[in-house]
Amino acid sequence: MTEQNILTVDAVSKYFDGVTALDHVNLSIRPGARVALLGHNGAGKTTLFRLILGFIKPDQGSIKVVGHAPGHIMARRSLAYLPENVAFPETLTGREIMHFFARLKDVDAHEAVLSLARVGLEGAGDRRVRTYSKGMRQRLGLAQALLGAPRLLLLDEPTSGLDPLVRREFYNFFDELSAAGTSILFSSHGLSELADKTDRLLILRAGGLVADGSLQELRAQAALPIRIRVKAVENRSDELAARLGGQRINGRQIDVMCAMGEQLEKVRQVSALRGLVCDMEIRPPSLTDIYQYFSMQPGAS
Amino acid sequence: MVKWNHILAIAQNEFLIGVRNRWVVFASVILLVFALVLAGVGGAPGGAEYVNRLTVTIASLATLSVYIVPLIALLLSFDAIAGEVERGTLPLILASPLARSSVIFGKLLGHLAVLAIAIIIGFGLTGLIVAVLAGESGGFESLLRLLLTSIVLGAVFLGLGYSASALVGQSSTAAALAIGIWLVSVVFYDLVLLGGLVTDAGGFFSTTVFPWLLMANPADAYRLYNMAALDLGANATGLSGMQTSLPWGAVLPLLWLTGWIAGALLLAISVFKRVQP
Repeated sequence: MTEQNILTVDAVSKYFDGVTALDHVNLSIRPGARVALLGHNGAGKTTLFRLILGFIKPDQGSIKVVGHAPGHIMARRSLAYLPENVAFPETLTGREIMHFFARLKDVDAHEAVLSLARVGLEGAGDRRVRTYSKGMRQRLGLAQALLGAPRLLLLDEPTSGLDPLVRREFYNFFDELSAAGTSILFSSHGLSELADKTDRLLILRAGGLVADGSLQELRAQAALPIRIRVKAVENRSDELAARLGGQRINGRQIDVMCAMGEQLEKVRQVSALRGLVCDMEIRPPSLTDIYQYFSMQPGAS
Repeated sequence: MVKWNHILAIAQNEFLIGVRNRWVVFASVILLVFALVLAGVGGAPGGAEYVNRLTVTIASLATLSVYIVPLIALLLSFDAIAGEVERGTLPLILASPLARSSVIFGKLLGHLAVLAIAIIIGFGLTGLIVAVLAGESGGFESLLRLLLTSIVLGAVFLGLGYSASALVGQSSTAAALAIGIWLVSVVFYDLVLLGGLVTDAGGFFSTTVFPWLLMANPADAYRLYNMAALDLGANATGLSGMQTSLPWGAVLPLLWLTGWIAGALLLAISVFKRVQP
């Protein structure tokens, strides 16, 4: 089992000056998995990345990257890292920076050019980074990470500060890469857009891993109520709210909460009151709701 | 794990950045201007009738070099590690499969190239101009000696600058530390030794301890070597015949100065290995 995993984190704890940064974290990542790492600032995301990269050592537990200790030459050859807010030398061109990293990674110079083209920067390769937009800089960072065909990409907030269009591009890259067998572990704040872009969500809270699963699994685990929003016909809101057992949220709208699995029964009740209702909308708990549930509730794991 | 290709990649990258942000031009012009001014001033007073005009200029340049070469080296190096930490590029580099010592060696090579160009243009050109104007045909081996040892001196302070840069996480703190290193090694150190000499007035300190303490400082070792090698005595340099009273000739200061490169680099590498980006 373990051999199949690209990454195995086994009961890892890390303390900084007595403060717990990571607390008994277990996780494993298989080839081709797209895994999102969520958590508030200071929840331990970057600490986890630094441990996986071998920059710091765990106080307890162990980590294996393709079967090797973090920082081992084979581990470093298998993974690529893109830190948050990396600032490449402004006076160098995109191509020069790519050639530089290609040499550090023992990769052919030709691949540097291919990698630039892959992120759509072939036309800007001879321009200095100073002239690049935020999105172009981030794409350059990704191009750098793709050098040497790593098996695991560690991306720290890769889409933060990017406009929605460039974000979409990034997630499309992730799809392509994972289809080719590359695993991606990335931290993110962009919750709503992650829904169909990841195979798995990890949620860290105060150093502990409080959730690990697909969106559907986490949704079932959290067992958050489904919200049915009903719009009443004029002047009948109170009556409708009383008969449905819901709560008025403004002039005409009423929220009816029901547990997962009971929504059909509620919908039947709403349609029985056809004369009082002019519109209805069913809202399953969003990723933001689920995230909030796991990252706020103590003992939610 | 230390690969020549990695070292060369980092060296070329640093050199390219040095060219692009005008460091090469800036350092060359500064050295050239200072050296030309000094050559003009140094040639005026007496002493010229005893020795070769070029030799006098070289002695002046060696004195200037003690102050300015370490300063330029520290300016080039203080940001080398701390700056990369701040810009987030160090984690990227260290995530690549290369040895940490390759990073230090590569940066040294790249910065040394910048420094060497500045020294060769600044001092070399000045030396040539003086030689041509004075119609000298000899003394060029002294000029070569000055250029080489200035580069060695620069390498020592590059290594010290990397150590400072790796020791503190922030660029601004590293800059302060680099200035501190400069002040101590080229100003305060000599002042304290001078104070010791005055107080001691020819006692045990002056005769036995002082020469060794003087040579211990790489900047002073550099000056001792160049003065001893020029063999001028007090006349041309105005240094009150310091080197004539020292117990050794030119070789020991040179060996010591070269040894300082190894020391400074070992220090830089060992501090850098403890950096946790």
